[in-house]
Amino acid sequence: MMFSLENITNSIHEWLYANLNATLALIIEFAIIGVLVIGLFAALGLVLIMMERKVSSWMQLRLGPNRVGPGGMFQTVADTIKLIVKEGMTPDRVDKLLFNLAPFIVMVIAMVVMAPIMFAKGFQIWDINIGVLFVLAVSSISVIGILIAGWASNNKYSLLGAMRSGAQIVSYELSAGLSVLAIVVLSGGLRMSTIIDAQQTGWWLFKGHIPAIIAFVIFIIAVTAETNRAPFDLAEAESELTGGFHTEYSGMKFALFFLAEYVNIFVVCAIGATLFLGGWMPFHIGNWQAFNHVMDYIPSSIWFFGKTFLLIFIIMWFRWTFPRLRIDQLLQLEWKYLLPISMFNLLLATVVAIAGWHF
Amino acid sequence: MGLRNYLSDVASGVKSLLTGMKVTGRLFLRHHKEKITQQYPDNKDTMVYPERFRGEVVMPHDDNNEHACTGCTACELACPNGTIKIITKFDVTPEGKRKKAIDTFIYHLQLCTMCNLCIEACPTDAIKMAQTFEHSVFDRSQLIKKLNQEGSKIREGVE
Repeated sequence: MMFSLENITNSIHEWLYANLNATLALIIEFAIIGVLVIGLFAALGLVLIMMERKVSSWMQLRLGPNRVGPGGMFQTVADTIKLIVKEGMTPDRVDKLLFNLAPFIVMVIAMVVMAPIMFAKGFQIWDINIGVLFVLAVSSISVIGILIAGWASNNKYSLLGAMRSGAQIVSYELSAGLSVLAIVVLSGGLRMSTIIDAQQTGWWLFKGHIPAIIAFVIFIIAVTAETNRAPFDLAEAESELTGGFHTEYSGMKFALFFLAEYVNIFVVCAIGATLFLGGWMPFHIGNWQAFNHVMDYIPSSIWFFGKTFLLIFIIMWFRWTFPRLRIDQLLQLEWKYLLPISMFNLLLATVVAIAGWHF
Repeated sequence: MGLRNYLSDVASGVKSLLTGMKVTGRLFLRHHKEKITQQYPDNKDTMVYPERFRGEVVMPHDDNNEHACTGCTACELACPNGTIKIITKFDVTPEGKRKKAIDTFIYHLQLCTMCNLCIEACPTDAIKMAQTFEHSVFDRSQLIKKLNQEGSKIREGVE
């Protein structure tokens, strides 16, 4: 029997409903999902920060963290412990309620976006029928958390960073949405499982021809901007704004912002992997039966996480290659290049979908 | 801006971005072969100092405990932040002439920015930059150094 997360969840579900009444079983399922999401968050934070530090150091021909544990593997654990132990300071003249609320808003939104993501075959929190729309809608709320943080900090650098972040997310949400729409047009549904099923015969990146490739490139650029990462990290911009919206934050509240940034990267890359690289679908080549069979044997969760981490690596690659854009260059890139191209690309994708030119 | 310009803009932009990514991608792939950073506390014995690294100002003395400093105070005047203080005295030569010489060459390491202006100002190359860098001490008074050694005198023929 192959390892399958679907079977595990199904057997837990059946056991709960067989032994408890429906309400209690539902509550227990909620609790299990909550614990799993929080656990995934903690694990992602540790792994992604470690990955970022190692990728950056290798691209700059450095060693990177190498003191704590074998090859520095426990560096992020040590850092987390340090941040937990630190005092969660609230400066004197900030808006205390909003200041303390902001990191949790950013965090909760990153958690909510996890809901429609399909982590493996049949392993999903909520297969909502507007899955992609839900992700786009909810992920853009996170700018409110950043704006609250900037406003409540009572600090000009924080406010500047937050305002930049607002301008940035409002603009780049458009081209991210349009490039996602191209794939929605091709697969004919907003539901995550529909989109993945449409890629049974091949991933959209390969069988969607030019519109899918253009949409993929625009999507990657736009989500890099949406997650406030270099080269679009104007909201933080250490060298000009001393940290932007999280200038005044320290200890665990800062850690929540930091964690939310990395979880957001994971989420957008998971969406990208679902839309363009077939989610948990294994890699198949036409009629090579033997090859396809071997690929089928790899568990779907490994396919999903492998694709997601590949995209995360590409985004990290961006960060450690390109210098930061100025705010006018950032808006110019979006409004003069990405948006017109993605609008045209949506038209092209529609033509391809109607004419049935994709495989 | 015509459509042709627009498209060539996009193409050249993409090309330059890909060039950059090629560079970092290549470095990423060969990171295990080459490290450009010094693994400092680990390689203390085998460390290679870059040629132009500046650690502190020193005054070389030869075997006869002689230096080349005439006490002209050019370095003291050149120093932008008052790192060097030269106390001069007058030696009496055998012919009975009074000649200016240094009594104490005081160097405040804690004020020094390693700008190299004093070394360039020195007409007799009496001082130079050393490559030592482990300067931490427990009391800052230890950072005030006397560069001319006890009982040293100016080398014969240096004017």
